[in-house]
Amino acid sequence: MTSYILRRLLVAVPTLLALIVLSFLLMEFAPGSPFATERGIPEAVMANLEREYGLDRPLWERMATYVWSVVTQFDFGPSFTFPDRSVNDIIAQGFPVTLTYGFWSFVVAVVVGVTLGAVAAIKHNSALDYAAVGVTVGAQVLPNFVMAPILVLIFTLWLGWLPGGGWRGGQVEYVILPVIALSTSYMASIARITRSSMLDVLNAGFVRTARAKGLPAHRVILRHALKPALLPVVSYLGPAFVGMITGSVVIDVFFSTGGIGQFFVNAALARDYSVILGITILFGALTIFFNLLVDVAYAWIDPKIRY
Amino acid sequence: MADATIDTAGLPQGKARSLWADARRRFLRNRAAMASAVVLVLVLLFAAFGQYLNQWSNEEIDWEMLGMIPEIGGPSLSNGHYFGVDETGRDLFQRTVQGTRISLAVGIVGALIAVLVGTAYGAVAGYVGGRTDNVMMRFVDLMMSIPYMFVLILLLVIFSRSIVMLFVGIGLISWLDMARIARGQTLSIKNADYVEAARAIGVSGGTIIRRHIVPNLLGVIIVYATLLVPQMIIFESFISFLGLGVQEPSTSWGALINQGAANMRNGTPWMLGFPLFFFVVTLFALFFLGDGLRDALDPKDR
Repeated sequence: MTSYILRRLLVAVPTLLALIVLSFLLMEFAPGSPFATERGIPEAVMANLEREYGLDRPLWERMATYVWSVVTQFDFGPSFTFPDRSVNDIIAQGFPVTLTYGFWSFVVAVVVGVTLGAVAAIKHNSALDYAAVGVTVGAQVLPNFVMAPILVLIFTLWLGWLPGGGWRGGQVEYVILPVIALSTSYMASIARITRSSMLDVLNAGFVRTARAKGLPAHRVILRHALKPALLPVVSYLGPAFVGMITGSVVIDVFFSTGGIGQFFVNAALARDYSVILGITILFGALTIFFNLLVDVAYAWIDPKIRY
Repeated sequence: MADATIDTAGLPQGKARSLWADARRRFLRNRAAMASAVVLVLVLLFAAFGQYLNQWSNEEIDWEMLGMIPEIGGPSLSNGHYFGVDETGRDLFQRTVQGTRISLAVGIVGALIAVLVGTAYGAVAGYVGGRTDNVMMRFVDLMMSIPYMFVLILLLVIFSRSIVMLFVGIGLISWLDMARIARGQTLSIKNADYVEAARAIGVSGGTIIRRHIVPNLLGVIIVYATLLVPQMIIFESFISFLGLGVQEPSTSWGALINQGAANMRNGTPWMLGFPLFFFVVTLFALFFLGDGLRDALDPKDR
């Protein structure tokens, strides 16, 4: 097991480094300067600005410094458009918000999705099953950026039950709509995967054996069927996590939560390269780390995998 | 031996059904898939000929509406604004036609790139095998572990936000899954007897891939390509929803939904409703079509 984790780390670390270097180089190709204004800047001022931000040094030196400070000190440097703030400040301000509703979205997607899928499979071809299939098929075409306006239209503008934006330090009523909007389509996918793999497992020989020896139904399902049925779900958690991280950008922007996605889009529109770079790397690192976690969890659960 | 014939008198008569004829029969019997096909044809017709259906253009501003859009800008048959007007007084029907064209184009181009690049890549990796396969698939793994949406946004910011850049970005990532699927299928095909026979009579590797492997991958590829189209549409709409994709005066479903959502507090729900309707209905139809094709083409799933 340890050697398996080490081998996976051996892949993960270079991937992350490649991502950092690649993003940095991409930024170098960007035409124009982040300091350019419509009226132009005197040359002396520009030279000073470039010295201040270290842009007058050669490319390889800046890249080495950047990679070094990111890797060793988690320091993403200063923001180009907010002179008094560093990228770290921006991340420290926005990330807890995104993390809060992102965590709950993940929990909701997994718990509701697995429950729905498992119940649908156990009550195969019943009204409940058809309802669950209907919900999951419907939710498939409702990605976060479609769910968000629909939810606000219904629960904020028509019913007036919940606020349609803002955060207020994460009070419950401000968190509900973002969580629903972000989790719906993943919940649907998880439910679909659980249902089909549960159906397979319930028809398997070992489940029949368990039933035949007279175990009560709930024990058959919880002790024998659920674990193997969840394997495909576990391997879907990686893509789901990536999707949710990406989706959080829409949620942050649409609900004005003050989360990290809002900074990301504003930085993208203002060409604040260091902020874009920093957030890309942060999310890249999270993605790679989570995929590693999923792979290890999978190897741990699935007895058929030899590592 | 030239006059030796096989006696067919005792065998059942009639034309043998090919795999494709079988698939067509199964597909035509699938009501949900057929209904989806009809819906998709209607959407395509809407995109192709919608611009001739009323007297407005997608750029023209209806000055009579300005300032009173929530009151008089709604859908109306009498003034020709079937879907109402958008927040700047342009005809929403024509804007939706324009957005439908771009969104469908993105979906189709993305799926095409995936089919061409992904199939070739996966088939070669799977057929050659060994170290080449290992290196090629590790590269795919590496690409897949990158949060591509952020990298794409980075690209869009750097190389200006244009539709071409959007296509390039989508092309860069859409083929990855397809490559994996094509490789997996190739691995099972390449040990088949007919491939071995071809190899035994000295057919070259490239020809075997073209003549024997790829045609046998087609079923899986068609199914997956159909399911890729909605994914690509969602992908593009996501970026356009954030304002980072297609730029004014061009538009897509995502951009229209975004504008509708931004204006829904002003009492103009049609601006959200119509683009959303087209988005949801088309995606629904594409998913059902993909499912129907899978049931028709995948012999395992019966």
